[in-house]
Amino acid sequence: MSEVSPAAPPRPRGRRWSWTDPKLRSQVIQITVAVILLWLLWSFYSNAQSNLSRLGIASGFGFLDNRAGFAISQSLVPYNESMSYGRAFLVGLLNTLLVAFLGIILATLIGFLMGVARLSKNVVIKALASAYVEITRNLPPLFQIMFWYLAVLATLPGPRQSWGFGLQPLLGAIGSGLSSIGLGFLGGPLSTYAATLAAPGVFVNNRGLVVPRPIFEDGSMAILYALIAALILSFLLGRWAKKRREATGHFFPVFWTSLGLIIVLPLLASAAMGFPVGVEKPELRGFNFVGGLRVIPEFVSLLLALSIYTGGFIAEIVRSGILAVSKGQTEAAHSLGLRNGPTLRLVIIPQAMRVIVPPLTSQYLNLTKNSSLGVAVGYPDLFAVFAGTTLNQTGQAIEIIAIIMAVYLTISIVTSTIMGWYNKRVALVER
Amino acid sequence: MTDISAPRPSITPATPFVSTAFHEPQPAPVATRGPILWARQHLFGSVPQVLLTLFGIWLLYVTVPPLIKFFLIDAVWTGTNRDACLAEKLGRPVGACWPFIWAKLDQLIYGFYPASERWRVNVVYWLGAILLLPLLIQSLPYKRLNAILFFGVYPVVAFVLLTGGNLDLQRFVLGWLGVDFSTIGGAQGLRIGFWIDYVLSTVLLTAIAYGISRFLAGPEGGRSAAQTTLSVLGVLAVVLLAVDIDTGLPQVETRLWGGLLVTLVIAVTGITVSLPFGILLALGRRSRLPLVKWLCIIFIEFWRGVPLITVLFFATYMLPLFLPGRFTIDGLLRALVGVALFASAYMAEVVRGGLQAIPKGQYEGAMAVGLRSGLMMRLVVLPQALKLVIPGIVNNFIGLFKDTTLVLIVSIFDLLGSMRAAFTDPNWASPTTLFTGFGFAGIIYFVFCFGMSRYSMALEKRLDRAHRH
Repeated sequence: MSEVSPAAPPRPRGRRWSWTDPKLRSQVIQITVAVILLWLLWSFYSNAQSNLSRLGIASGFGFLDNRAGFAISQSLVPYNESMSYGRAFLVGLLNTLLVAFLGIILATLIGFLMGVARLSKNVVIKALASAYVEITRNLPPLFQIMFWYLAVLATLPGPRQSWGFGLQPLLGAIGSGLSSIGLGFLGGPLSTYAATLAAPGVFVNNRGLVVPRPIFEDGSMAILYALIAALILSFLLGRWAKKRREATGHFFPVFWTSLGLIIVLPLLASAAMGFPVGVEKPELRGFNFVGGLRVIPEFVSLLLALSIYTGGFIAEIVRSGILAVSKGQTEAAHSLGLRNGPTLRLVIIPQAMRVIVPPLTSQYLNLTKNSSLGVAVGYPDLFAVFAGTTLNQTGQAIEIIAIIMAVYLTISIVTSTIMGWYNKRVALVER
Repeated sequence: MTDISAPRPSITPATPFVSTAFHEPQPAPVATRGPILWARQHLFGSVPQVLLTLFGIWLLYVTVPPLIKFFLIDAVWTGTNRDACLAEKLGRPVGACWPFIWAKLDQLIYGFYPASERWRVNVVYWLGAILLLPLLIQSLPYKRLNAILFFGVYPVVAFVLLTGGNLDLQRFVLGWLGVDFSTIGGAQGLRIGFWIDYVLSTVLLTAIAYGISRFLAGPEGGRSAAQTTLSVLGVLAVVLLAVDIDTGLPQVETRLWGGLLVTLVIAVTGITVSLPFGILLALGRRSRLPLVKWLCIIFIEFWRGVPLITVLFFATYMLPLFLPGRFTIDGLLRALVGVALFASAYMAEVVRGGLQAIPKGQYEGAMAVGLRSGLMMRLVVLPQALKLVIPGIVNNFIGLFKDTTLVLIVSIFDLLGSMRAAFTDPNWASPTTLFTGFGFAGIIYFVFCFGMSRYSMALEKRLDRAHRH
């Protein structure tokens, strides 16, 4: 040990072997950390082994093939009690992804709307948007989920007194309006149509939301293909228009053309195949609805709460993103002769997006992670199905919690990788 | 206006018109000033503006008056059970059912904490408020002492008051290493065996620290290392003595705690624990040692990548399996561990943001003055970095406060959980009970979170100004 001491004679290479040598110091520290870490891991492992055998809990992932034996109230893929835990896992995962996906879309819409509204010159609109943002951001998400579930949805009327929503009231009103101003030849048929064909298709009651179910007959795939083709065409059109704009300075109305393509092509395909998509409307029979698609209230409350809560945060992000683009940019664009629309589209939004996207991503991730709160109201997402029911039944806490954490980690990492790529792309545009 | 070309007697046709009378300045037209201009700019500028204004006013009309009507005008203020809040019995529309809140108020504030011991909770509440308020007001002196009292002394006092203390400590370092003194008993809840163990361990650890440090850094280093070790162990001894001594207070198990008490305990613990751990993790993430750096990155990104509820499940169901079988960890403590892990990871990222914002010149300057890395961080970098990220830290606190609600999923009754439990009481089942309860809980959460965010904004403004001067 004496050669470690500072008093030791200098080494042949002329460097002293001393504690102040940063290299040696870092190695000693790292080895110590590694030893402590390994010891911790080993003690966790051995403790877990002895605890599991003492409690008689099985280990390993074999349980995934066992019969689950519990029902799940909402599933996107066929599922019943005789299927395995692995299948239940898939059902839960899809439910999580469904609510996260729809929630992200809704929250983005709400957020952009409210963010722009907060910057409005109109004081009433501004005050309303500010109140929305302050209230939603300052109430816990779980509180909001339970509020929608317990206080709002559960107190709605039962199925027999459902609130129906359809085109009927609107069309009926227009029809009678037309009749009253002497256009009875138009108003009469419209009223009849409203009373028969346009009967309410969407019902809200304390058992959830009932909506018409689309029925896909043979040839429906053609519509999907047409839609995909329209999307690809729009994408190519966008690239071509951008290239042409950069070369010649001529604008091309990409948005309207693409919108037209996306609407017209599937319609054409549908017409060519003889309109293969039908609609099954829900009907009240006895005490409940038959037919249609029932959306469970747990889903509705979770979706509402998550998108309203996250919408408040996105509104703030959008507001700060737009404020981050200095006024000089608008003035410069105007002085170049760009009108308000192109200024917004070509100058303000691209620059604001650069500020908006990174925090927006983390809000999307937050929403996805917060969807696990659905367990409090019984929405069968990944967490409720797996950490709730499956954990209770099998007791295999380590495996189950590890699986769930792995899923959420994967989602996080994939999202942040994609967003990192997007950020890099956006950042390249800058000079 | 006179036509310029018209000939005038005194002016030649070539000269332009010049007014001979002095014109008083006139006020701007009514439409371009004062309230009318304001209304034009802010309410009725164009047709879409008018429509938006009308829409906004309509929205206010359908939301605000009904809310006021529900919570104040139609509300029931007194009563003893649900009959007071039933429209059929009262013969008028019924709004909020406040007697429900009065009846459940104790449960919402204290949970099932024994009624005879609730003064202890009150003392903790008041002490916290008395120590926190002067800390928040910038102009008051003794910030350092105040911070030590709030972050150091207060948690120990609160712990003793809330649980009753008297932990019956058994072993310290030597005890775990196999030298068992735990058979030696003692009076007053103090186990003499433990304290023999403690004193011997302290002496041993100080000696080891002295030896290593002297060996590596010379006589000066030996003395300072021994002093540091002794003072750390000295503080620990005081804390352990405080929680070990039999104060005569009856023990109150944490499963009896509930309501706002649990919400605040979790929030305050999370806040006080996450700050030091977050700073350590942030420093570790910027360390030059690859192993330390990667461990910190993995730790931070792991906890940030998973939802808090999985962390709570991890702490509740998985952690006990990883610890030796003889440990039985209290349910609330498990949740606290989960919250602390989670909050530390988030805090680390906030602190890292501050560390990155410190220009390199500060580090180089500190090194040039001859500070070692520990002192450089403590005296130069961290004070600046933390000041920069105070708003971020407060935002984290707000998030943590909202996240405390999640413990109800692992069957701990915080404010929201107690409220949900109160809803199930058939004595108070009425159509408006739910809305009243959510309204009340919502106001409490809103006041805390909104207050914190406003404070953070004010702080941001002040720090921003201080930064620019």
